[in-house]
Amino acid sequence: MVSAEARAWSAAAAVPDPEVPCVTVADLGILRDVRLEGGVAVARVSPTYSGCPATAMIEMGIEAALRAAGFEARIERVLSPPWTTDWITPEGREKLRVYGIAPPEGAAGKRALFDDPVVTCPRCASTATRKISEFGSTACKAQYACTACGEPFDYFKCI
Amino acid sequence: MTHLLDAVLELADDHLILGHRLSEWCGHAPMLEEDLALPNMALDLIGTARTLYDYAARLEGKGRSEDDLAFLRVEREYRNLLLCERPNGDFAQTMLRQLYFAAVMEPFWAAAVDSPDAVIRGVAGKAVKEMAYHVRHAGEWVIRLGDGTEESASRMKGAVAELHRFTGELFEESEASAALVAEGILPARAGLRGAWDRVIGMIFAEALLEVPEVPYPQTGGRRGLHGEHLGHLLAEMQYLQRAYPGATW
Repeated sequence: MVSAEARAWSAAAAVPDPEVPCVTVADLGILRDVRLEGGVAVARVSPTYSGCPATAMIEMGIEAALRAAGFEARIERVLSPPWTTDWITPEGREKLRVYGIAPPEGAAGKRALFDDPVVTCPRCASTATRKISEFGSTACKAQYACTACGEPFDYFKCI
Repeated sequence: MTHLLDAVLELADDHLILGHRLSEWCGHAPMLEEDLALPNMALDLIGTARTLYDYAARLEGKGRSEDDLAFLRVEREYRNLLLCERPNGDFAQTMLRQLYFAAVMEPFWAAAVDSPDAVIRGVAGKAVKEMAYHVRHAGEWVIRLGDGTEESASRMKGAVAELHRFTGELFEESEASAALVAEGILPARAGLRGAWDRVIGMIFAEALLEVPEVPYPQTGGRRGLHGEHLGHLLAEMQYLQRAYPGATW
Protein backbone atom coordinates (compact mmCIF):
# COMPACT_ATOMS: atom_id res chain seq x y z
CA MET A 1 0.00 0.00 0.00
CA VAL A 2 1.57 3.23 -1.17
CA SER A 3 0.73 6.24 0.99
CA ALA A 4 -1.09 9.17 -0.59
CA GLU A 5 1.91 11.39 0.14
CA ALA A 6 4.24 9.00 -1.69
CA ARG A 7 1.81 8.93 -4.61
CA ALA A 8 1.72 12.73 -4.72
CA TRP A 9 5.51 12.83 -4.65
CA SER A 10 5.78 10.36 -7.55
CA ALA A 11 3.32 12.39 -9.65
CA ALA A 12 5.17 15.67 -9.01
CA ALA A 13 8.65 14.19 -9.25
CA ALA A 14 8.07 12.86 -12.78
CA VAL A 15 7.49 16.37 -14.24
CA PRO A 16 10.25 17.14 -16.79
CA ASP A 17 12.17 20.41 -16.78
CA PRO A 18 10.74 22.48 -19.67
CA GLU A 19 14.19 23.72 -20.81
CA VAL A 20 16.07 20.46 -20.30
CA PRO A 21 13.38 17.79 -20.73
CA CYS A 22 15.78 14.88 -20.24
CA VAL A 23 15.75 15.53 -16.49
CA THR A 24 12.86 15.75 -14.06
CA VAL A 25 12.30 18.35 -11.36
CA ALA A 26 13.33 15.67 -8.83
CA ASP A 27 16.59 14.94 -10.72
CA LEU A 28 17.43 18.65 -10.60
CA GLY A 29 16.62 18.85 -6.90
CA ILE A 30 14.27 21.81 -7.37
CA LEU A 31 11.27 19.83 -6.06
CA ARG A 32 12.00 19.96 -2.33
CA ASP A 33 9.11 17.92 -0.97
CA VAL A 34 5.40 17.24 -1.31
CA ARG A 35 3.25 17.12 1.82
CA LEU A 36 -0.44 16.60 2.39
CA GLU A 37 -1.91 19.43 4.43
CA GLY A 38 -5.60 18.99 5.15
CA GLY A 39 -6.11 17.01 1.96
CA VAL A 40 -4.18 19.49 -0.21
CA ALA A 41 -0.88 18.39 -1.79
CA VAL A 42 1.62 21.18 -1.10
CA ALA A 43 4.70 21.02 -3.33
CA ARG A 44 7.68 23.13 -2.30
CA VAL A 45 9.80 24.27 -5.24
CA SER A 46 13.13 26.14 -5.34
CA PRO A 47 13.97 28.16 -8.46
CA THR A 48 17.38 27.58 -10.07
CA TYR A 49 18.20 31.19 -10.96
CA SER A 50 16.50 34.36 -9.66
CA GLY A 51 15.09 35.18 -13.07
CA CYS A 52 14.69 31.71 -14.55
CA PRO A 53 11.79 32.15 -16.99
CA ALA A 54 10.95 28.45 -16.64
CA THR A 55 10.04 28.80 -12.95
CA ALA A 56 6.38 29.60 -13.59
CA MET A 57 6.09 26.80 -16.17
CA ILE A 58 7.67 24.30 -13.79
CA GLU A 59 5.24 25.28 -11.04
CA MET A 60 2.28 24.97 -13.41
CA GLY A 61 3.56 21.58 -14.60
CA ILE A 62 3.81 20.26 -11.05
CA GLU A 63 0.40 21.60 -10.10
CA ALA A 64 -1.15 20.03 -13.23
CA ALA A 65 0.54 16.68 -12.54
CA LEU A 66 -0.76 16.66 -8.96
CA ARG A 67 -4.29 17.48 -10.11
CA ALA A 68 -4.10 14.77 -12.80
CA ALA A 69 -3.19 12.34 -10.01
CA GLY A 70 -6.35 13.33 -8.18
CA PHE A 71 -5.01 15.84 -5.64
CA GLU A 72 -5.99 19.36 -4.77
CA ALA A 73 -2.65 21.10 -5.21
CA ARG A 74 -0.76 24.19 -4.09
CA ILE A 75 2.80 25.33 -4.90
CA GLU A 76 5.07 27.05 -2.39
CA ARG A 77 8.14 28.81 -3.76
CA VAL A 78 11.12 28.34 -1.43
CA LEU A 79 14.11 30.69 -1.69
CA SER A 80 15.98 29.61 1.40
CA PRO A 81 18.19 27.62 1.48
CA PRO A 82 19.08 28.54 -2.10
CA TRP A 83 19.22 25.84 -4.77
CA THR A 84 22.71 24.88 -5.86
CA THR A 85 23.94 22.53 -8.57
CA ASP A 86 25.06 20.23 -5.71
CA TRP A 87 21.38 19.23 -5.44
CA ILE A 88 21.34 17.61 -8.90
CA THR A 89 21.19 13.86 -8.24
CA PRO A 90 23.81 11.43 -9.64
CA GLU A 91 21.10 10.03 -11.97
CA GLY A 92 20.28 13.58 -13.08
CA ARG A 93 23.96 14.24 -13.87
CA GLU A 94 24.18 11.06 -15.94
CA LYS A 95 20.97 11.95 -17.85
CA LEU A 96 22.39 15.40 -18.62
CA ARG A 97 25.62 13.89 -19.95
CA VAL A 98 23.79 11.39 -22.18
CA TYR A 99 21.62 14.26 -23.47
CA GLY A 100 24.78 16.15 -24.49
CA ILE A 101 24.99 18.68 -21.64
CA ALA A 102 28.12 18.51 -19.48
CA PRO A 103 26.99 18.29 -15.82
CA PRO A 104 28.42 20.77 -13.29
CA GLU A 105 31.95 19.96 -12.14
CA GLY A 106 32.90 19.91 -8.46
CA ALA A 107 31.16 21.52 -5.52
CA ALA A 108 29.37 24.83 -5.89
CA GLY A 109 30.89 28.07 -4.65
CA LYS A 110 34.50 26.91 -4.58
CA ARG A 111 35.82 28.89 -7.52
CA ALA A 112 38.31 31.73 -7.44
CA LEU A 113 37.60 34.90 -9.46
CA PHE A 114 39.07 33.84 -12.82
CA ASP A 115 39.68 30.17 -12.22
CA ASP A 116 37.92 27.94 -14.80
CA PRO A 117 36.86 24.36 -13.98
CA VAL A 118 38.02 21.42 -16.08
CA VAL A 119 34.94 20.44 -18.07
CA THR A 120 34.62 16.98 -19.61
CA CYS A 121 33.16 16.68 -23.12
CA PRO A 122 29.78 14.88 -22.81
CA ARG A 123 30.31 13.15 -26.19
CA CYS A 124 33.90 11.87 -26.21
CA ALA A 125 34.85 12.30 -22.52
CA SER A 126 37.95 14.33 -23.39
CA THR A 127 38.99 17.02 -20.93
CA ALA A 128 40.58 19.02 -23.76
CA THR A 129 37.74 21.52 -23.82
CA ARG A 130 37.60 25.30 -23.96
CA LYS A 131 35.05 27.88 -22.85
CA ILE A 132 33.36 29.81 -25.65
CA SER A 133 31.11 31.93 -23.45
CA GLU A 134 30.15 32.27 -19.78
CA PHE A 135 26.49 32.26 -20.83
CA GLY A 136 24.61 29.82 -23.03
CA SER A 137 21.09 29.42 -24.35
CA THR A 138 19.65 29.57 -20.83
CA ALA A 139 20.79 31.22 -17.61
CA CYS A 140 21.88 27.88 -16.16
CA LYS A 141 24.28 26.98 -18.98
CA ALA A 142 27.62 28.13 -20.44
CA GLN A 143 28.98 27.33 -23.89
CA TYR A 144 32.01 25.12 -24.36
CA ALA A 145 33.67 23.34 -27.28
CA CYS A 146 35.71 20.11 -27.31
CA THR A 147 39.07 20.42 -29.02
CA ALA A 148 39.36 16.61 -29.32
CA CYS A 149 36.12 15.75 -31.14
CA GLY A 150 35.39 19.26 -32.32
CA GLU A 151 31.82 19.38 -30.95
CA PRO A 152 30.43 22.47 -29.25
CA PHE A 153 28.31 21.69 -26.18
CA ASP A 154 26.43 23.23 -23.27
CA TYR A 155 27.90 23.09 -19.78
CA PHE A 156 25.53 23.21 -16.80
CA LYS A 157 27.11 26.04 -14.78
CA CYS A 158 28.27 25.14 -11.33
CA ILE A 159 26.71 27.52 -8.81
CA MET B 1 8.25 48.88 8.98
CA THR B 2 8.29 51.84 6.62
CA HIS B 3 12.09 51.84 6.73
CA LEU B 4 12.10 48.19 5.68
CA LEU B 5 9.66 48.94 2.85
CA ASP B 6 11.75 51.88 1.62
CA ALA B 7 15.04 49.98 1.80
CA VAL B 8 13.59 46.97 -0.04
CA LEU B 9 12.26 49.31 -2.74
CA GLU B 10 15.70 50.92 -3.14
CA LEU B 11 17.25 47.51 -3.81
CA ALA B 12 14.39 46.46 -6.08
CA ASP B 13 14.72 49.68 -8.12
CA ASP B 14 18.50 49.19 -8.55
CA HIS B 15 17.95 45.71 -9.95
CA LEU B 16 14.99 46.51 -12.18
CA ILE B 17 16.54 49.60 -13.76
CA LEU B 18 19.93 47.98 -14.41
CA GLY B 19 18.17 44.82 -15.61
CA HIS B 20 16.08 46.88 -18.03
CA ARG B 21 19.19 48.65 -19.31
CA LEU B 22 20.88 45.30 -20.02
CA SER B 23 17.76 44.00 -21.77
CA GLU B 24 18.05 46.91 -24.23
CA TRP B 25 21.05 45.09 -25.71
CA CYS B 26 18.92 42.11 -26.74
CA GLY B 27 19.28 41.78 -30.50
CA HIS B 28 21.98 44.49 -30.64
CA ALA B 29 25.01 42.93 -28.95
CA PRO B 30 28.30 42.85 -30.87
CA MET B 31 28.33 39.04 -31.05
CA LEU B 32 25.91 36.17 -30.54
CA GLU B 33 27.46 35.00 -27.26
CA GLU B 34 27.01 38.46 -25.77
CA ASP B 35 23.50 38.69 -27.18
CA LEU B 36 22.74 35.66 -24.98
CA ALA B 37 24.83 36.78 -22.02
CA LEU B 38 23.35 40.27 -21.59
CA PRO B 39 19.68 39.21 -21.43
CA ASN B 40 20.68 36.34 -19.13
CA MET B 41 22.31 38.80 -16.75
CA ALA B 42 19.23 41.03 -17.13
CA LEU B 43 17.08 38.06 -16.07
CA ASP B 44 19.16 37.56 -12.94
CA LEU B 45 18.63 41.19 -11.99
CA ILE B 46 14.94 41.34 -12.89
CA GLY B 47 14.31 38.06 -11.05
CA THR B 48 15.86 39.57 -7.91
CA ALA B 49 13.81 42.74 -8.43
CA ARG B 50 10.56 40.73 -8.72
CA THR B 51 11.09 38.97 -5.40
CA LEU B 52 11.90 42.29 -3.72
CA TYR B 53 8.90 44.14 -5.26
CA ASP B 54 6.62 41.31 -4.23
CA TYR B 55 7.96 41.63 -0.68
CA ALA B 56 7.61 45.42 -0.77
CA ALA B 57 4.00 45.10 -1.94
CA ARG B 58 3.23 42.80 1.00
CA LEU B 59 5.01 45.11 3.47
CA GLU B 60 3.06 48.08 2.16
CA GLY B 61 -0.22 46.18 2.50
CA LYS B 62 -2.23 48.57 0.31
CA GLY B 63 -3.20 46.04 -2.31
CA ARG B 64 -0.53 47.08 -4.81
CA SER B 65 1.22 44.28 -6.71
CA GLU B 66 4.85 43.88 -7.78
CA ASP B 67 3.77 45.07 -11.25
CA ASP B 68 2.12 48.19 -9.83
CA LEU B 69 5.37 49.10 -8.04
CA ALA B 70 7.44 48.53 -11.18
CA PHE B 71 5.18 50.09 -13.78
CA LEU B 72 3.02 52.69 -12.05
CA ARG B 73 5.46 54.82 -10.08
CA VAL B 74 6.91 58.01 -11.51
CA GLU B 75 10.53 59.09 -11.83
CA ARG B 76 10.83 60.90 -8.50
CA GLU B 77 9.47 57.85 -6.66
CA TYR B 78 12.27 55.66 -8.03
CA ARG B 79 15.14 55.26 -5.58
CA ASN B 80 17.75 53.50 -7.76
CA LEU B 81 21.44 54.36 -7.80
CA LEU B 82 22.37 56.79 -10.57
CA LEU B 83 24.88 54.26 -11.92
CA CYS B 84 22.05 51.83 -12.75
CA GLU B 85 20.19 54.27 -14.98
CA ARG B 86 23.23 55.43 -17.00
CA PRO B 87 22.68 54.75 -20.70
CA ASN B 88 24.34 51.70 -22.23
CA GLY B 89 26.74 53.81 -24.29
CA ASP B 90 29.18 51.49 -26.02
CA PHE B 91 30.02 47.94 -24.99
CA ALA B 92 32.91 49.15 -22.80
CA GLN B 93 30.56 51.39 -20.83
CA THR B 94 27.97 48.63 -20.36
CA MET B 95 30.59 46.18 -19.11
CA LEU B 96 32.19 48.67 -16.73
CA ARG B 97 28.78 49.67 -15.31
CA GLN B 98 28.06 45.97 -14.73
CA LEU B 99 31.41 45.42 -13.05
CA TYR B 100 31.00 48.42 -10.74
CA PHE B 101 27.53 47.25 -9.67
CA ALA B 102 28.25 43.54 -9.33
CA ALA B 103 31.49 44.17 -7.43
CA VAL B 104 29.54 45.95 -4.69
CA MET B 105 26.51 43.66 -4.68
CA GLU B 106 28.55 40.47 -4.37
CA PRO B 107 29.96 41.41 -0.93
CA PHE B 108 26.62 43.06 -0.05
CA TRP B 109 24.63 39.85 -0.57
CA ALA B 110 27.43 37.76 0.92
CA ALA B 111 27.08 39.77 4.14
CA ALA B 112 23.26 39.54 3.97
CA VAL B 113 22.98 35.73 3.82
CA ASP B 114 22.63 35.63 7.61
CA SER B 115 20.13 38.49 7.80
CA PRO B 116 17.34 37.96 10.35
CA ASP B 117 14.90 38.89 7.54
CA ALA B 118 13.90 35.66 5.74
CA VAL B 119 13.23 37.29 2.35
CA ILE B 120 16.50 39.24 2.36
CA ARG B 121 18.30 36.04 3.36
CA GLY B 122 16.62 34.06 0.57
CA VAL B 123 17.38 36.66 -2.09
CA ALA B 124 20.96 37.00 -0.85
CA GLY B 125 21.69 33.27 -1.10
CA LYS B 126 20.83 33.24 -4.79
CA ALA B 127 22.03 36.69 -5.80
CA VAL B 128 25.50 36.37 -4.28
CA LYS B 129 26.37 33.61 -6.75
CA GLU B 130 24.84 35.44 -9.68
CA MET B 131 26.76 38.61 -8.82
CA ALA B 132 30.01 36.65 -8.58
CA TYR B 133 29.30 35.39 -12.08
CA HIS B 134 28.63 38.93 -13.33
CA VAL B 135 31.90 40.16 -11.82
CA ARG B 136 33.73 37.42 -13.71
CA HIS B 137 31.99 38.08 -16.98
CA ALA B 138 32.21 41.87 -16.91
CA GLY B 139 35.70 41.78 -15.37
CA GLU B 140 37.04 39.64 -18.20
CA TRP B 141 35.64 42.09 -20.75
CA VAL B 142 37.12 45.11 -18.96
CA ILE B 143 40.53 43.40 -19.03
CA ARG B 144 40.16 42.27 -22.66
CA LEU B 145 39.16 45.73 -23.84
CA GLY B 146 41.47 47.74 -21.57
CA ASP B 147 44.49 45.65 -22.52
CA GLY B 148 43.35 45.25 -26.13
CA THR B 149 43.72 47.40 -29.21
CA GLU B 150 44.32 51.13 -29.26
CA GLU B 151 40.63 51.60 -30.06
CA SER B 152 39.30 49.28 -27.34
CA ALA B 153 41.66 50.76 -24.73
CA SER B 154 40.51 54.28 -25.54
CA ARG B 155 36.85 53.16 -25.27
CA MET B 156 37.55 51.56 -21.89
CA LYS B 157 39.33 54.69 -20.59
CA GLY B 158 36.38 56.73 -21.84
CA ALA B 159 34.00 54.49 -19.89
CA VAL B 160 36.01 54.97 -16.67
CA ALA B 161 36.02 58.75 -17.20
CA GLU B 162 32.25 58.67 -17.73
CA LEU B 163 31.15 56.31 -14.95
CA HIS B 164 33.58 56.52 -12.05
CA ARG B 165 31.91 59.64 -10.65
CA PHE B 166 28.78 57.56 -9.94
CA THR B 167 30.57 54.97 -7.78
CA GLY B 168 30.69 56.95 -4.51
CA GLU B 169 26.92 56.56 -4.25
CA LEU B 170 27.33 52.77 -4.07
CA PHE B 171 28.62 53.20 -0.51
CA GLU B 172 26.09 55.73 0.80
CA GLU B 173 23.23 54.87 3.11
CA SER B 174 19.76 56.37 2.87
CA GLU B 175 17.79 57.10 6.04
CA ALA B 176 15.90 53.83 5.49
CA SER B 177 18.91 51.63 4.85
CA ALA B 178 20.83 53.19 7.76
CA ALA B 179 17.97 52.20 10.06
CA LEU B 180 18.12 48.62 8.78
CA VAL B 181 21.89 48.51 9.17
CA ALA B 182 21.41 49.57 12.79
CA GLU B 183 18.98 46.66 13.25
CA GLY B 184 21.40 44.22 11.62
CA ILE B 185 19.02 43.43 8.74
CA LEU B 186 21.19 44.86 5.95
CA PRO B 187 25.01 45.11 5.77
CA ALA B 188 26.64 48.55 6.10
CA ARG B 189 27.65 49.81 2.68
CA ALA B 190 30.73 51.60 4.02
CA GLY B 191 32.02 48.17 5.01
CA LEU B 192 31.89 46.98 1.38
CA ARG B 193 34.36 49.58 0.16
CA GLY B 194 37.46 47.49 0.86
CA ALA B 195 36.22 44.45 -1.06
CA TRP B 196 35.11 46.63 -3.98
CA ASP B 197 38.43 48.50 -4.10
CA ARG B 198 40.34 45.21 -4.13
CA VAL B 199 38.39 43.68 -7.03
CA ILE B 200 38.36 46.87 -9.08
CA GLY B 201 42.06 47.44 -8.34
CA MET B 202 42.99 43.93 -9.40
CA ILE B 203 40.99 44.11 -12.63
CA PHE B 204 42.15 47.64 -13.48
CA ALA B 205 45.79 46.60 -12.97
CA GLU B 206 45.38 43.85 -15.54
CA ALA B 207 43.34 46.08 -17.82
CA LEU B 208 46.03 48.81 -17.72
CA LEU B 209 43.47 51.26 -16.37
CA GLU B 210 43.87 53.81 -13.60
CA VAL B 211 41.38 54.57 -10.85
CA PRO B 212 40.67 58.27 -11.42
CA GLU B 213 40.25 61.06 -8.89
CA VAL B 214 36.64 62.20 -8.79
CA PRO B 215 36.38 65.92 -8.01
CA TYR B 216 32.56 65.99 -8.19
CA PRO B 217 30.95 62.71 -7.11
CA GLN B 218 27.39 62.32 -8.40
CA THR B 219 24.70 61.27 -5.97
CA GLY B 220 20.96 61.69 -5.39
CA GLY B 221 19.25 58.56 -6.69
CA ARG B 222 18.21 57.46 -3.21
CA ARG B 223 16.40 60.78 -2.77
CA GLY B 224 14.64 60.45 -6.14
CA LEU B 225 16.94 62.99 -7.83
CA HIS B 226 17.78 61.40 -11.15
CA GLY B 227 19.51 62.31 -14.38
CA GLU B 228 17.61 63.03 -17.56
CA HIS B 229 17.94 59.42 -18.73
CA LEU B 230 15.67 57.70 -16.20
CA GLY B 231 12.51 59.39 -17.50
CA HIS B 232 13.19 58.09 -21.00
CA LEU B 233 13.82 54.59 -19.68
CA LEU B 234 10.57 54.62 -17.68
CA ALA B 235 8.61 55.99 -20.64
CA GLU B 236 9.61 52.95 -22.66
CA MET B 237 9.40 50.40 -19.84
CA GLN B 238 6.03 51.60 -18.54
CA TYR B 239 4.42 52.35 -21.89
CA LEU B 240 2.23 49.28 -22.07
CA GLN B 241 0.77 49.59 -18.55
CA ARG B 242 0.21 53.31 -19.03
CA ALA B 243 -1.48 52.93 -22.41
CA TYR B 244 -3.48 49.81 -21.51
CA PRO B 245 -4.00 49.95 -17.72
CA GLY B 246 -4.23 46.51 -16.14
CA ALA B 247 -3.15 44.67 -19.29
CA THR B 248 -2.05 41.09 -18.63
CA TRP B 249 -1.14 38.06 -20.71
